[in-house]
Amino acid sequence: MGVNMIQNHMELTFDSISQNESFARAVAAAFATQLNPTLAELSDIRTAISEAVTNAIVHGYSNNPAKKVYMSCEIQGNVFEATVIDEGKGMENVSLAMQPFYTTMPGTERSGMGFSVMEAFMDGLVVESTPGRGTKVVMTKRIGSVGDDE
Amino acid sequence: MQLANKRKGSSLTVMLTGELDHHNAADIRETLDGMLDGSVKDLILDMSGVTFMDSSGIGIVLGRYRRMQERDGRLYLSGLGGSAEKILRMAGVLGLVERK
Ligand SMILES: Nc1ncnc2c1ncn2[C@@H]1O[C@H](COP(=O)(O)OP(=O)(O)OP(=O)(O)O)[C@@H](O)[C@H]1O
Ligand SMILES: [Mg+2]
Repeated sequence: MGVNMIQNHMELTFDSISQNESFARAVAAAFATQLNPTLAELSDIRTAISEAVTNAIVHGYSNNPAKKVYMSCEIQGNVFEATVIDEGKGMENVSLAMQPFYTTMPGTERSGMGFSVMEAFMDGLVVESTPGRGTKVVMTKRIGSVGDDE
Repeated sequence: MQLANKRKGSSLTVMLTGELDHHNAADIRETLDGMLDGSVKDLILDMSGVTFMDSSGIGIVLGRYRRMQERDGRLYLSGLGGSAEKILRMAGVLGLVERK
């Protein structure tokens, strides 16, 4: 166990354009490397961030490039937490939206598995949404405490 | 993401290299479908060079699965690993699509 507990926080605001999906997941992964994660853990974080950011752009903002996506990441001890916020259209029924294979865009080869991926790849997922106001997704992941001898 | 194809008889192998996300999914879909001329019976997607894939990849794979079925052909996946494999398994895709 580490004697000194790491605490750190970062915030990022970016335009709602699909180029920023890879940018956002790279930033989150770079920030998380402070916790010395395994490659598999980093890959899980990249994937989950990509899902949340893509949803903000595609669903929240309907690809409107004038809108902004807000991402913040936090480290508390060995827990990584990421928050992705949009001020877009929001959801009426969050628990319905989170069901596997539920999608409101079936014609575009979206599979409705984004929330399921976030849930499976992270340890915690909390989604808050207000129709007409926007959506906030908070994900946490505990980075393995074994093998921290480096 | 880069796509390179290799044709052998009626089978077409496409090697995907790089990241597959929502940003490039439409391009990948178009390029893949453009490679399918009428004589392709087996489409093999070689995923060994995929360094990142999110749920957008499920749509790409399932879409090609349906397309190959429509033309009485078959889709195969090869070189799967890491998060791509994890996601496709979660979505039940590996129960539908054979691996090569
Ligand atoms: N930020 C958001 N704002 C508004 N609606 C959202 C948001 N995120 C998700 N949704 C709604 O929840 C549904 C399910 O989201 P999920 O990410 O699970 O699937 P998807 O985005 O439709 O497909 P996939 O992520 O597999 O490509 C979406 O179809 C959309 O209706
Ligand atoms: Mg999604």
